[in-house]
Amino acid sequence: MKHLLATEGLDPDLATAVLDTADGLKRTLLGREVRKLPTLRGRTVITMFYENSTRTRVSFEIAGKWMSADVVNVSAGGSSVGKGESLRDTALTLSAAGADCVIIRHPASGAAQRLAGWLEGTGTSVVNAGDGMHEHPTQALLDAATLRERLGGIKDRRVGIVGDVLHSRVARSNIHLLSALGAEVVLVAPPTLLPPGVGALPVTVSHDLDAELPALDAVMMLRVQAERMTGGFFPSAREYSIAYGLNEARLKLLPEHAAVLHPGPMVRGMEIASAVADAPSAAITEQVRNGVHVRMAVLYHLLAGEEETK
Amino acid sequence: MTQLLIRGARLYGAGDPVDVLVTGGTIAEIGEIEAPEDAEVIEAGGQVLLPGFVDLHTHLREPGREDTETIETGSAAAALGGYTAVFAMANTDPVADNAVIVEHVWRRGREVGLVDVHPVGAVTVGLNGERLAELGTMAKSAAGVRMFSDDGHCVHDPLIMRRALEYSTALDVVIAQHAEEPRLTVGAQAHEGEQAARLGYAGWPASAEESIVARDCLLAEHAGARLHVCHVSTAGTADVLRWAKERGTWVSAEVTPHHLLLTDERLGTYDPVNKVNPPLRTNADVEKLRAALAEGVIDCVATDHAPHAPQDKDCEWSAARPGMLGLQTALSVVAATMVETGLLDWRGVARVMSERPAEIAGLPDQGRPLAVGEPANLVLVDPGAQWTVRGAELASLAANTPYEGMRLPAVVTATLLRGRVTAREGKIC
Repeated sequence: MKHLLATEGLDPDLATAVLDTADGLKRTLLGREVRKLPTLRGRTVITMFYENSTRTRVSFEIAGKWMSADVVNVSAGGSSVGKGESLRDTALTLSAAGADCVIIRHPASGAAQRLAGWLEGTGTSVVNAGDGMHEHPTQALLDAATLRERLGGIKDRRVGIVGDVLHSRVARSNIHLLSALGAEVVLVAPPTLLPPGVGALPVTVSHDLDAELPALDAVMMLRVQAERMTGGFFPSAREYSIAYGLNEARLKLLPEHAAVLHPGPMVRGMEIASAVADAPSAAITEQVRNGVHVRMAVLYHLLAGEEETK
Repeated sequence: MTQLLIRGARLYGAGDPVDVLVTGGTIAEIGEIEAPEDAEVIEAGGQVLLPGFVDLHTHLREPGREDTETIETGSAAAALGGYTAVFAMANTDPVADNAVIVEHVWRRGREVGLVDVHPVGAVTVGLNGERLAELGTMAKSAAGVRMFSDDGHCVHDPLIMRRALEYSTALDVVIAQHAEEPRLTVGAQAHEGEQAARLGYAGWPASAEESIVARDCLLAEHAGARLHVCHVSTAGTADVLRWAKERGTWVSAEVTPHHLLLTDERLGTYDPVNKVNPPLRTNADVEKLRAALAEGVIDCVATDHAPHAPQDKDCEWSAARPGMLGLQTALSVVAATMVETGLLDWRGVARVMSERPAEIAGLPDQGRPLAVGEPANLVLVDPGAQWTVRGAELASLAANTPYEGMRLPAVVTATLLRGRVTAREGKIC
């Protein structure tokens, strides 16, 4: 693997290999007092975050550090980025400074792919940590890892993705990865929060959450950002919550074995009731935990060399 | 008096080759002609002779962005592309919303002398869409402005648009609208459809164009005014135009070469060389636009030639400026999309690239018949030749062509402006 830019088009065997590596790393580190492997010693990983993020950045940083890589964080506010330097020049600078891997989050869809193009021939790998409304592939991989644990597999499972699909890179990455791994994906959202042209994606679409829940093996609740509430996408937070929120009554409609996922940060009481977020079926803290192992696995497959990953 | 003989050209690409003698800027004789002793001779070898092209929509970037194009370099690109008249849009810096700026552009065009440069005046002050610019003063200035547009911005306020249309009727000028309802395109980056859904682009819905075109047709009809629709990009707009024309609305429309050839299938690379406003649409739109142009529902081809600096394109998509070069590739794209497909013959190309645009803008000496006594604004085209597009080799200062590396049919071999050769075999004369 040279870069990880998207789950669309990602070879399912490679995705499975990454998930298997993550499982192995998780087992290896379980219960260890010193959670550090020497694998990426001497490698330099730089995170470039052009959007605020706590969980994703911390997760990547911990993943890099547990693999013994040198991790440097660059934030848009605290570097020459704020002085009007182009993304291309920033990327070339970081690559020339010795980055083996650049992890980028950027508000522009396609930013990671552009970066990979500019860094062609430099040997620097690019990981997309979220590009605009496009993709967030490591989130989909950690969701897949969590679903494998909870459901024993992904093939032929039915997964609902509920909420703001239109603006969600998490949804796009999950749609492609889950369908590549053989799951069925159902999108449940008001029509205003689905992209026109959604028919091109390998999904079915519903506006009726209650009707879908009984047949789901897992449900993934997407955050509804505050600006959507004022943007006229739906009449009120209350009406949204009534129609698309996962409350305790709805939780009972799900099969016993089903898992509840949320990429975070959650808006408790809006898309997910507080009691549901803390219920045994919720896998939300497992997602965060798996996030570190999955990102370790991604760095391993990118940086540890072909011969070692085979 | 200088004389020039074009030997063996096929007028409008039809019939047997004939000789055309140009004397002092006018077509003096057509037939089998012995070359006068002092005459320059162009051996046409059966190539296609057409009236010089007229582009209703270019961005020459002067004043303001002379790092990307000047009136001189843009004029050269126009001459090499077969144009004898171009309309320079008003979104310069400062904006061409007053007589001083339009007269400057007009005068610079005359000094360069490669193509007639007609400034387009802004409809509203500063393109802000709030207050009418001094249309009358610009129309009566030395530049004689005949077309007004806020292109780049839509005159979105229906009352301002109504007033502009009404006011224009006293001046016998045309209001050209960039049809884009701004409330429907907040943050829009690409055609709203399957590609945008998949790739995560904020969508630019077809209805944002169509609803403004429909509104403006009704307003123009009500005002008895002349409306021109810039860069039609959707199948639905073609339907609206057909409906309006059937009602007798005084409306004309243009389509760009890129909307006749390219689609949103190109979005996957996220390369902003494909970013343009209105955006590249779907294959169904392309098919419909070609048919509408062939039928005359869309009147003409206009380039929307839009040079941009490398730093404004070699960046992430959403930071990039929209627009692409077009003057030197327009004929070849029209040949590829309209002639090779059998939708238009060369007579039809003369109509959509010269005659109709000249009529729309009210240019008395452009788009004229190939006949004795007519002004010698001419272009000679080798229909069988092919060329490979290289942005760096184009005359524009900028190089943002979406056709980089593409092999296209039809080559402009000579352009004549009032009998003077402005371009010959790919070189400026």
